[in-house]
Amino acid sequence: MRALTQFFKSLFLLELFKGLSLTGRYLFAKKFTVQYPEEKTPQSFRFRGLHALRRYQNGEERCIACKLCEAVCPAMAITIESEERADGTRRTKKYDIDLTKCIFCGFCEESCPVDSIVETRIFEYHGEEREDLYMTKEKLLAVGDKYESQISKDRGEDASYR
Amino acid sequence: MELILSIYEIPLINALVKIVMILVPLLLTVAYFTYFERKVIGYMQIRIGPNRVGPRGWLQPIADAMKLMFKEIIFPQNASKTLFIIAPIISIATALAAWAVVPFGAELVLAEINVSLIYILAMTSIGVYGVIIAGWASNSKYAIISTLRSAAQIVSYEIAMGFALVGVIMISHSLNIGDIVKMQSGSGVWGWYVWPLLPLFVIYFISGVAETNRAPFDVAEGESEIVAGFHVEYSGILFALFFLAEYANMILIAVLAALLFLGGWLSPFEQVEFLNLGASFLAGPSIIWLFAKTIIFMFLYLWFRATFPRYRYDQIMRLGWKVFIPITIVWIYVVGIMYYMELSPWFVRV
Repeated sequence: MRALTQFFKSLFLLELFKGLSLTGRYLFAKKFTVQYPEEKTPQSFRFRGLHALRRYQNGEERCIACKLCEAVCPAMAITIESEERADGTRRTKKYDIDLTKCIFCGFCEESCPVDSIVETRIFEYHGEEREDLYMTKEKLLAVGDKYESQISKDRGEDASYR
Repeated sequence: MELILSIYEIPLINALVKIVMILVPLLLTVAYFTYFERKVIGYMQIRIGPNRVGPRGWLQPIADAMKLMFKEIIFPQNASKTLFIIAPIISIATALAAWAVVPFGAELVLAEINVSLIYILAMTSIGVYGVIIAGWASNSKYAIISTLRSAAQIVSYEIAMGFALVGVIMISHSLNIGDIVKMQSGSGVWGWYVWPLLPLFVIYFISGVAETNRAPFDVAEGESEIVAGFHVEYSGILFALFFLAEYANMILIAVLAALLFLGGWLSPFEQVEFLNLGASFLAGPSIIWLFAKTIIFMFLYLWFRATFPRYRYDQIMRLGWKVFIPITIVWIYVVGIMYYMELSPWFVRV
């Protein structure tokens, strides 16, 4: 009996018509497409995009060359060289992030004791050659200077969850 | 003005003008069919589809055509160059030549021949050579394997399709498509051949889908699983020719379904008394009805593609040989019985 109903079901293409009616309904359904450059999806304040090095309000750079980020980086994208500055503090001579290696995990940001290296919300950047995606200390500091207000606002919003 | 008219009287020029009048709209339809394919499938997947090139994406097919035209044609190493070029030409030539006998109205037909149905079957059969030669000339193992698969598929479904059309021939006593349509007139929607030949009609259209190597029978193409099928090695305008041929064939199958089973250019309101529709222009036969019916079948192609998962190759062969051919043969007997009983309004003894 079961085989018989199965036979007639497949003979009259019942299941195929069911499938057609489903796709037919979706033809008129509301579309979910986000028209990207004009429309954007909401972003979290924890978004992990382009890196930046921050400064204190008096203009002093935060990084103390502890090299925790270099140690924790799973992709080994960070290279740091340090030296003693004239005032006796330890500072970085070189702070490079190779964005072609970086996996944007955010460990560097987590490990930083002085909130110096951070990941910003910026994700719409490009490089025309590999060199452009190799972030030096100057470039990172420039990003930090440019977006400081956004960065500190995001950290402030995240603070209550920490 | 008179000069133009007198030039038009020359048979060759006359025929050429008619050919252009069929081919240009056909190729435009093909171009915009690809656009609507992407749009409809997008909509069924809750996306919008192409909407960037021109207003609402209307220039997308033009952009695609430009891209294909200016792309370099790459000849594979040790490929047979002559055959490599001839293959797409055979494909497109047969696909377009079949349109010569398609009637668009009672008098609107380029070549009025009495065996037009056989002619169309013959032309689509020759089209297989395009596929076979393409795979052979490519000198690539992927192309040749895919060629075997799609050629086998096309040939097997041609049999089921031919048997489905035997029913139409039996019922209408004619191989002339124009006459077949005329035989369906006189009793409105009920006079159409879908009703007595419903199983044959379904089998005809599904075989048509399989014959044009379309989803869900597109194992030869299989864009989500394998590369591209028999035309892997083709690029640029040569690839575009295969593409055009495939879509021209799809539209041909749709037009034939409308002509042979749905009364072609006949109006569905032919005999309707309601609201005096029977006397209005809607009731008269017109090319608009043919186009409307064709568009329904063209839409079905897209609907199928958006809905059904791809068949496995052995399942395709099983469906063709073990399901469709037996059903068509049984139904040909049923048609014979209906013929014997002179079932009106379809069957008349001549």
